[in-house]
Amino acid sequence: MSKNNKSRRNFIAGAAATTGLVAASSFIPTRFAIGAKAPIKVGILLPYSGTYAMLGNSITNAMKMRIEQAGGKMGGRPIDYIAVDSEMSVPKAPQNTNKLIKKEKVDFLVGPVHSGIAAAMAKIMGQLKSPIMIVPNAGSNAVTGPLCAPNIFRTSFSNWQPAFPGGVLMAKEGHKTCVTISWKYGAGIQMMAAGRDGFATMGGKSVKDILLPFPNVEFQAHLSEIASLNPDCVFAFFSGGGATKFLKDYEAAGLKDKIPLYGPGFLTEGVEKAAGSAAEGIKTTLHYASNLDNRENEKFRADYNSAFGSNPNVFSVQGYDTGSLLLQAAAAVGGDVESTADVISAMESSSIPDSPRGPWSMSKAHNPIQNIYLRQVENGEQKLLGIAAEALEDPADGCKMA
Amino acid sequence: MTHSRPLLAFLILAVGALAAFPIIGDEFYQELVIRLMIMGIFAMSLDLLIGFTGLISFGHAAFFGLSGYLLAIVTPESEAVSIWFALPVCLLGAALAALVIGWFSVRTTGIYFIMITLAFAQMFYYYFNENQDLGGSDGIFIFYKPSVAIGGFQILDLNNPHTFYYFVLVSLVVSYLILSIILKAPFGQVIRGIHANEARTRALGFNTQHYKLVSFVIAGTMAGFAGFLEANAGGIMSPAHLGWHESGTVMMVVILGGMGTLYGPVLGAFAMGFLQDYFQELWSDHWLLLLGVFVIAVVLFLPNGIAGLFSKFTNKKEDGK
Amino acid sequence: MDFATFLIQILNGVQYGFTLFLVASGLTLIFGIMGIINLAHGAFYMIGAYLSFWLFGMSNSLWVAILVGLPIMVIFGYAIERLAISFLYKRDHLYQVLLTYGLILILNEMQKILWGSDFYSVPVPEFLSASIPMGNQEYPVYRLFVSLVCMIVAAGMYVVIGKTKLGMMIRAGATNREMAQALGINISRVFAIVFSLGAALAGFSGMIDAPLSSVYPGMGDFILIISFVVIVIGGIGSVKGAFVGAMLVGLADTFGKVLVPEFSSMVIYALMALVLLWRPQGLFGRPS
Repeated sequence: MSKNNKSRRNFIAGAAATTGLVAASSFIPTRFAIGAKAPIKVGILLPYSGTYAMLGNSITNAMKMRIEQAGGKMGGRPIDYIAVDSEMSVPKAPQNTNKLIKKEKVDFLVGPVHSGIAAAMAKIMGQLKSPIMIVPNAGSNAVTGPLCAPNIFRTSFSNWQPAFPGGVLMAKEGHKTCVTISWKYGAGIQMMAAGRDGFATMGGKSVKDILLPFPNVEFQAHLSEIASLNPDCVFAFFSGGGATKFLKDYEAAGLKDKIPLYGPGFLTEGVEKAAGSAAEGIKTTLHYASNLDNRENEKFRADYNSAFGSNPNVFSVQGYDTGSLLLQAAAAVGGDVESTADVISAMESSSIPDSPRGPWSMSKAHNPIQNIYLRQVENGEQKLLGIAAEALEDPADGCKMA
Repeated sequence: MTHSRPLLAFLILAVGALAAFPIIGDEFYQELVIRLMIMGIFAMSLDLLIGFTGLISFGHAAFFGLSGYLLAIVTPESEAVSIWFALPVCLLGAALAALVIGWFSVRTTGIYFIMITLAFAQMFYYYFNENQDLGGSDGIFIFYKPSVAIGGFQILDLNNPHTFYYFVLVSLVVSYLILSIILKAPFGQVIRGIHANEARTRALGFNTQHYKLVSFVIAGTMAGFAGFLEANAGGIMSPAHLGWHESGTVMMVVILGGMGTLYGPVLGAFAMGFLQDYFQELWSDHWLLLLGVFVIAVVLFLPNGIAGLFSKFTNKKEDGK
Repeated sequence: MDFATFLIQILNGVQYGFTLFLVASGLTLIFGIMGIINLAHGAFYMIGAYLSFWLFGMSNSLWVAILVGLPIMVIFGYAIERLAISFLYKRDHLYQVLLTYGLILILNEMQKILWGSDFYSVPVPEFLSASIPMGNQEYPVYRLFVSLVCMIVAAGMYVVIGKTKLGMMIRAGATNREMAQALGINISRVFAIVFSLGAALAGFSGMIDAPLSSVYPGMGDFILIISFVVIVIGGIGSVKGAFVGAMLVGLADTFGKVLVPEFSSMVIYALMALVLLWRPQGLFGRPS
């Protein structure tokens, strides 16, 4: 059976390659060529139900918007989107991935949000030559580290990237000691370690690393602990509802004015309103800032707002850039996305000059080399203070391609 | 278990259909059926508790997940582990956990039993969720399926999708037969007696606590077997495999299929797999709402599950003879 | 840990215990009186929190939000009791577990349809927003206020159940359903009242916690499981047990986090296992 599939696949590939050639030759009217083209299949595995549905929707919306703006075609071919709800469930990840790869036979696989699911997907992808997987969020260092593979790309960030400059920043602002605090799960541990390392390279020292069980939001005991340790500053990573509560508790415990708080941008991203005064003045580092002063960002924000009636966030930026990467690669191979090797080399050498986050390019490990910005919450909005680290590349520890 | 003639015919037909499936189904559907058969074994093991012994365990996923994690732990990163080592480790691990949890739990009844099994499962969940050496919340890989060899000679290659398919199918049939035999044996009569009326069974001189504990351990071990297969099929184990949603799902599968029937839970697994897919296509953003409504509808209108419908139908036929 | 910090940690634990009690008491009440195990209790808590956010947005006052939100929760609880729970009184616990599990799925999705998957917060009322200096830190007045409210609710429950006619009917129904019915008590009405009150209690906890905890999808899941631990320790059905259990869990969790951080999430479950080893029916539960 699998042999049959392969031969059918080759047939389609051949047919598509031919049509690709046809499209490339400018003698034939385009309208004629389009009629003969099979759609490119883009599989999407993101959370659409449950707690993290907001991330899945932001990414999907922006990605489709980007492709729609380019005429709704990739390399001249129409697109079939096949979206599957990941439910943020690792147990279901192998099955969902196989559904897209083996049943739907997608050309590209976009996902996921959760790093456990990313690992499960990467494991399956590592054994295959195609399709090509594009990670629009999951920051696990491993995806472009030990698990890196030719057909796995990431358009978001590695956990190390937004966190390390945060640690450096604390030292630059004159702090000598810190306490780090986060949830005890993949992203929390990696961000905490990166922040601590950044602080240490500048001579700072973490006096205590506190890890809470995920998703526990009862911070009181640890706030009392921090108060009694009395460090120069605190480096924290939480996100979403947990971040809101942490910021509010931190302020209510009277620590905010005594011990300055830092962290990766997710600590204050999207919670500015919910946290109110508790978020005011907090400096964080991230690969995006909503008021970045470039034309692409302004246009992106205006377009997104008019299309979906809400402001875009960092996740939408990542989705938008996923769309850009897809368009670029498909155009580079003239729509012949079945020739995976060519698509991969196109993606490897790609740079995204028109990203709302500012230009970025692909590293050898297939992770963005991007600016990390220094932001501060002011009057409920992220204000850009400057660039914390320019064109920062993830160390990609353990990746054989880097 | 005594089988009515139409039921027996149905079961044989169903196994035949499953055996023939790889000829027509492509790779994706084969893998899907593998997962559903594994869910079937898992649900059958829970049926022994809730359908036959009357013990409503809300933490059954603990044994399922623990066993899978044990396979991940004993499998080296660069080669396969022998199944003669790995399988006993997984089964013994699950059995031991069931013995300890069961020892605490069978002393209680009713709602206490439900909550205690839930709480123990959560304890396991947090253990794996926070143990970074075992991958923490991201989970852990099983890179190679165990090797099945005697004296250096390979008998089965589980990495071959077809072989693995039939391995799981045989596992399903064997699990069914083992449970049927256990239920037919005097032991089975006693646990049914406990379900019907524990005080009377005790009055007849049976140490009901012991019987309940043994039943709990058998069920836990079989859930462990399902977990072993799951770890093989998915190649990854994560804390969510032990979570309370997993325990809730398998309980739903048992009820949907029809508890106290053994084959019902297997039907339930297939029905649930189909429904989840269907609901997702129907309303992708809020399909869990449809699932919730469906769960409530089953509780209110179909308490004996699909098997209940089936046996109603066949009994009528028998009566008509 | 110096002595001052130690005292503050005790305060943290007790304060956390009070919040847990408020949620767990509704759960234990519904079980103790009606024999119903309600997994959707955490979802009710979440609905309460969202209601307070929504009503706060319209009225700009937490008090108005609570005053309007409470009757909504009562009606909501009553509707669920009539439409679903009331069919289950004679059925096995198993079906109660499943039905209320289905309710969780529905309520979680309803929350998303009504309020989206963003997270929100409700500000602490102005006159309670101060903090009191305490050791190296400050202690938010609102936290102390919540503890006070919990104490009042606990006392109120004690009085209602122990001293009023409604309480008498409730106790009669819990002890012997048939006898109570024979005496002319309308049991199904009593049950409807109790379930509505239980739902209102859960909703009230969500509302009053909202300024502390922020409001986000799935917030009911965590609180549900921990409430189970509380009432299993205290003895299911006993309000007094829920109080003691909540305090023990609050303190164990707080000190577990500080003293054995690597096992902190397992501490409360270990505590539960120990209690059950000693008393399988919980500290104040009636032996079954």
